[in-house]
Amino acid sequence: MELIESVFIRNNLIVAFAVVGITIWVSYLAADKLTNGRIHGSAIAIALGLVAAYFGGVATGGTRGVADIALLGGVGLMGGGMMRDFAIVATAFGVQLGELKKAGLAGVISIFAGVVVSFVVGAAVAILFGYTDPAAITTIGAGAVTYIVGPVTGEAIGASDAVITLSVAAGLVKSILVMIGTPIMAGAIGLNNPQSAMVFGGLMGTTSGVAAGLAATDPKLVPYGAMTATFYTGVGCLLGPSVLYFLVSALV
Amino acid sequence: MIIYGVALLSVSLIFGMLIGEALGVMLGVDANVGGVGIAMLFLVFASNSASFKTLTEGAAGEGIKFWSAMYIPIVVAMAARQNVAAAADGGMLALVAGIAAVLVSFALVPVISRLGSNNGEAAPEKEVS
Repeated sequence: MELIESVFIRNNLIVAFAVVGITIWVSYLAADKLTNGRIHGSAIAIALGLVAAYFGGVATGGTRGVADIALLGGVGLMGGGMMRDFAIVATAFGVQLGELKKAGLAGVISIFAGVVVSFVVGAAVAILFGYTDPAAITTIGAGAVTYIVGPVTGEAIGASDAVITLSVAAGLVKSILVMIGTPIMAGAIGLNNPQSAMVFGGLMGTTSGVAAGLAATDPKLVPYGAMTATFYTGVGCLLGPSVLYFLVSALV
Repeated sequence: MIIYGVALLSVSLIFGMLIGEALGVMLGVDANVGGVGIAMLFLVFASNSASFKTLTEGAAGEGIKFWSAMYIPIVVAMAARQNVAAAADGGMLALVAGIAAVLVSFALVPVISRLGSNNGEAAPEKEVS
């Protein structure tokens, strides 16, 4: 047992490749046999990943899902920011410049609209739940933008730790919901071409959510959505502790 | 050489990240502003330009395509390392705020997409969902 453990831990990235490979194989099999291909295999694999992350987090009390289990530590590296960004950039290989130009303006509008709309919704929910302190309302609104914008804003304007944690949780709910909901909603919102994918990325903004959601919908759309989504968090961090906080302070 | 493509991909990401980081400092925000997006633009320009042919064609291109194909497995690993337990523990406020933000944003996708396609010509090339 100790022998297996030490081999697994020393080769943790390789273990992650094998585990993820098996997960995807099982998911595609299930998609094919159980749903007749109606649900995309990658959507099932991502959902399995999230379920595993939940149990990993509950079992270890850590913050990195499955990656806090020693034997599966390599999942943390494989699914970490560095590999994610590397693979996202690789998906841009073969993208046509023309498609980008066509969606340029709408893409930019979507980023600002996405940040402001998510913020307003989050802030409104905070008010509904009885918050009156502008810093708390702003931080929770920023959390609804993404789980990075929430704490960045909260720390900048001096919100309490509890509120910052709430804002992270709101952002996580958003990110996970986008992962799961995108393939389901894709037909209804016309998400089937590069332009709408860029608008989608700009509106949702959560890079992980957009990346996974589009991968489960149609992998060809990933580079377009990811391109706009990566600007979103930056714009959110820019507006959250400044313009949006001033607006909330003026209104409350 | 496969490594040429991988190196081009790496250089694109590093330059993109550097610019994104510098933009963040300039704007006074503690975040990387669009680094990955800028890196993607570099790669798009390189793969659409004749002067980078050695780095994007043949075996070199396979090096980039490999990482592009590893994208979904990496996303699955990313899903498996999310802090799902904390999201579930965040209580009603986090749940309601997250859900409401997603629903409203979803509803806006067709509205803003229409802005982009000049005089409303949507391009409904049917894809499998």
